Amino acid sequence: MMDPRLNVINKRFQNVKKIIAVSGGKGGIGKSQTAASLALCLAKHNYRTGLLDLDFCGPSTHVILGVEGIYPEEEKGIVPPKFNGISFMSITYYTGNNPSPLRGSEISNAIIEILAITRWEDLDFLIIDMPPGTGDPVLDVIRLIKRVEFLLVTTPSRVAQEVLKRELKVLNELGITVIGILENMKTKKGSQVASELLNLGVPFLGSIDFDYDLEDALGSPAKLLQTDFAAQLDQIISQKCL
Amino acid sequence: MHEWALAEAVVETVLKEAGKENLKEIVRVKVMVGELQQIELDVFNFAMENILQQGGGALSMEKISLEVDKCVLRCKVCGEDWYYSDSLQDLSEEDSEAIHFVPEVAHVYVRCPRCGSPDFEITSGRGVWIDYIEGEK
Ligand SMILES: Nc1ncnc2c1ncn2[C@@H]1O[C@H](COP(=O)(O)OP(=O)(O)O)[C@@H](O)[C@H]1O
Ligand SMILES: [Mg+2]
Ligand SMILES: [Zn+2]
Repeated sequence: MMDPRLNVINKRFQNVKKIIAVSGGKGGIGKSQTAASLALCLAKHNYRTGLLDLDFCGPSTHVILGVEGIYPEEEKGIVPPKFNGISFMSITYYTGNNPSPLRGSEISNAIIEILAITRWEDLDFLIIDMPPGTGDPVLDVIRLIKRVEFLLVTTPSRVAQEVLKRELKVLNELGITVIGILENMKTKKGSQVASELLNLGVPFLGSIDFDYDLEDALGSPAKLLQTDFAAQLDQIISQKCL
Repeated sequence: MHEWALAEAVVETVLKEAGKENLKEIVRVKVMVGELQQIELDVFNFAMENILQQGGGALSMEKISLEVDKCVLRCKVCGEDWYYSDSLQDLSEEDSEAIHFVPEVAHVYVRCPRCGSPDFEITSGRGVWIDYIEGEK
């Protein structure tokens, strides 16, 4: 029978101008780092920014940003608290540091629940950190958040690109807007992103080098903004997305 | 689930469906809620009244009935069936509030009483659905 939660989700995003899901088939390629840093950069440019961590099995953005000691407010639903100017929502508010062993259909249900109860205030950008893969979460985000656009991350590795190609084909088939492809963790000169991938009709946004100092900046928004990673990302989005 | 969010969702859905079916009058609406959602009826009713006052169209409070579906869990490892209400006694108020907001986090706090596994299935009593909308055309 009818699930009433589905009918309230679009309303939850009505005051959000642009919704960007940071995705990319494989794990460990820098999706969360990109999503969190992107949110920081946008907030730095005085855009009203939100960050939603939808990686329920491996939530990471709270670690990257160093979010601690905040909890959502209840106001006819849940209002995400602000961290460094970013409205931040994560399942970790409810799981604490405990693991959440969820199967696919339950992840789906939890996504529906979070989307149905979270009331985003006026935002210029809502960044969504996606889990790896093209499974339930990607399909749910596409199904439930009508205006979502994808920003795809890959590494120079052919392994990552092969997986991304599959995701891109799914997104193309479903008619989803893809902002572009970001190459992360580059170590050699020149982009390694294959022409094959670029021939699928999606803009190439640019490359970010492997940043050996990034690890030391984790947990501190001020330090993160000073990394080469953030500087390169900021330049790319300033030219291509803003 | 948060009561306000649920009330809002129910109103949106009933009005939308009634519109689709060209119902002039809504006679009865039955809302089913899984026990795992831990809806507080008082809060839900209060939220519902409030939202209906702001424009409930053909819908009014006395036409809505809400029924809670008992929550049964089944262990995927050893097959044990048990009631969520039995596990509830062992949960702290904080844990149970977390489950209220996002029911799936039950997997974080609830364990199979027989083998201790967190890998269980929610066989009933999860989710929210509109069982039926009765009306006149
Ligand atoms: N350009 C980079 N240089 C160095 N380390 C990086 C870079 N991008 C990401 N990382 C690090 O790599 C690890 C995995 O990144 P993460 O964003 O968690 O990947 P994903 O979300 O795709 O699984 C993290 O420790 C992150 O800080
Ligand atoms: Mg991640
Ligand atoms: Zn068991």
